[in-house]
Amino acid sequence: MTADDRLFAPSGDGGVVLGLTSGIRDMLTSLCDQLETLLTTGDRSSDPALERLSPAAHPDDPLRELEFEQLAGDDLAAGRLADLRELRATAGADVLDEEQVLAWLRTLNNLRLVLGTRLDVTEESGVEDFAGDETSSSAFELYGALTMIQGELLLAIDPEAVEPEDSDRPPDRG
Amino acid sequence: MSTAPVEVERPDVADEDVVAPDVPWIVIVWNDPVNLMTYVTWVFQKLFGYPRVQATKLMLDVHHKGRAVVANGPRERCESDVARLHAYGLWATMQQDR
Repeated sequence: MTADDRLFAPSGDGGVVLGLTSGIRDMLTSLCDQLETLLTTGDRSSDPALERLSPAAHPDDPLRELEFEQLAGDDLAAGRLADLRELRATAGADVLDEEQVLAWLRTLNNLRLVLGTRLDVTEESGVEDFAGDETSSSAFELYGALTMIQGELLLAIDPEAVEPEDSDRPPDRG
Repeated sequence: MSTAPVEVERPDVADEDVVAPDVPWIVIVWNDPVNLMTYVTWVFQKLFGYPRVQATKLMLDVHHKGRAVVANGPRERCESDVARLHAYGLWATMQQDR
């Protein structure tokens, strides 16, 4: 990939210049619509994806967990909605400022968490694991695209955001 | 030996609080198959101000050992840290460091 066809390039002030195709922009807009519907109409108690977005802070203490949800739950939910609406509102933009980049990163991550939970992905998941089912196969393709987009966006604001070379070797075997 | 009724009726939770009110809390981040290693490292730097080397070490602990303690302190501060980690999509819990 050359500098000219990067998805995101640093703008120099903490933001990025967008080089996204209209296809990617449309895909992101559509996914934000779907995430908004899920967040506003879904039921956390019966949806593992929503459960994953709001994991228990006190998994072994229901009383303290209730207090935590009362303390932080509304802000977290409102923040997620504000983030996805920011991404959708700027999906056609030429540049993003620093705050908009953060909203994009969090929303891309939330979309990946929802898709990844739905697909029950593992760290070793590959295309072949979902080849038998068209819906799952398409969803995994989307998941992969979002992974690539999120990684590229992070790299644009943090050039050192590359995996450590020995990350797949457990330290105790080193 | 019989136990005094007042002690039998005292809930365990209250008992723990009475005995150890100042036991500090720890914030734990758990491994998950979705979050990117680069993203997790960046979040640790951004939210806690850790240098890259330390953030990378914590990320690798999460990746290889399944969990890492990323912060500690009073309950209120840890709850704030957990909420901030949840806002970035990390799987964080907290507990008292006994």
